[in-house]
Amino acid sequence: MHNFDFVKPSSIAEAVKALSNEGAQALSGGQTLTPTMKQRLAAPSVLVSLTGIAEMKGVCLGDDGLSIGAATPHAVVAAEAAKHYPALAALAGGIGDPAVRNRGTIGGSLANNDPAACYPAAVLGSGATVVTNKRKIAADDYFQGMFTTALEEGEIITGVTFPVPEKAAYVKFNQPASRFALTGVFVAKFKGGVRVAVTGASNNGVFRWSEGESALSSNFSGAAVAGLKVDAAEMIGDLHGTPEYRAHLVKVLTKRAVDAAR
Amino acid sequence: MTKVTMTVNGKAVSGEVEGRTLLSAFLREGLGMTGTHIGCDTSQCGACVVHVDGKAVKSCTMFALDAAGSSVKTIEGMANADGSLGVIQQAFQDHHGLQCGFCTPGMVMSSAALLAENPKPTEAEVRHYLEGNICRCTGYHNIVKAVLAASGQDVSSVAAE
Repeated sequence: MHNFDFVKPSSIAEAVKALSNEGAQALSGGQTLTPTMKQRLAAPSVLVSLTGIAEMKGVCLGDDGLSIGAATPHAVVAAEAAKHYPALAALAGGIGDPAVRNRGTIGGSLANNDPAACYPAAVLGSGATVVTNKRKIAADDYFQGMFTTALEEGEIITGVTFPVPEKAAYVKFNQPASRFALTGVFVAKFKGGVRVAVTGASNNGVFRWSEGESALSSNFSGAAVAGLKVDAAEMIGDLHGTPEYRAHLVKVLTKRAVDAAR
Repeated sequence: MTKVTMTVNGKAVSGEVEGRTLLSAFLREGLGMTGTHIGCDTSQCGACVVHVDGKAVKSCTMFALDAAGSSVKTIEGMANADGSLGVIQQAFQDHHGLQCGFCTPGMVMSSAALLAENPKPTEAEVRHYLEGNICRCTGYHNIVKAVLAASGQDVSSVAAE
């Protein structure tokens, strides 16, 4: 790995200033960025650790939903969100392994937007709001394709606010070596309708399965999606599964998520 | 180079590191504490697990400077004060929870983190918690048995070694 200057600010304002340096890169839990740097696929000249910023940590239920600080590790979300939003807590508790969950953060996962990561499915499936140091971004505008987001240069995710649905569940078909989602589906039933977000399956990253949403909005049962067919055209094909296999998983996992929703 | 200070196994330590120096490298090369093993160096195998402020982390995937000011515990801190093996270490020996021993430091540190959170885990909980620790010798069976034994549970009914 190439060398860099390491800085660890204690406030968002200091972090924004540090990120204005040429070649600066934000570091959260580092569970993806560190291996990426070891492979020299990333070589920042300044690394700005965001894990020392107290105002970016914690889980808190407010009027507009459940707010989670961007630098909150998965293990903390798994424990502290459980009584407010069990489907989200269960998703956080199924990422990677215990040591990864003690370091990896929700903000880091969203900023990276890995096409097989779990959190993007929860954020898009809940219609959550991504809060940055500059603005609030609706989930529907935030995810813009594989590893691509609405974030601008030097913009930091400071937190995420989740509206809490009546019922929800996330079901992941594990890639057993990496424990990323071979395909994962997040289903959330709100008063106004149902949202279905799919990760791990598409070449365009996380997406909403609109046909599934319409069917489930009029009849929230696994049977409602049984007659639908998911198009395999944009699905990922690799040694773990063909596009057709992933398209099939979308439907199967949606049904399982509906059955599991509580 | 930057000076970094932290507590390792209860002792204040410091050293000069680069930005890119990993916690695993600081422990092994900076402090000469080679009990923490580096297997894959890609955060898959768990041989490098240590505790940072009480939480199990993969030390090959954390920068030493990110651990500045923290309290770190490594496998060297798991023995009893008189040098005899700690409860988990002794259980690994008693139940043949290792063959080559390369993964063992990480296995012991992860097991200690599990037992701190969940003092009487079930066999399934042990297997689930150790998902991020890979052993290529044992088939895990005796590792799981050792962890259950270390938790004070009767392992006589756990299948034969």
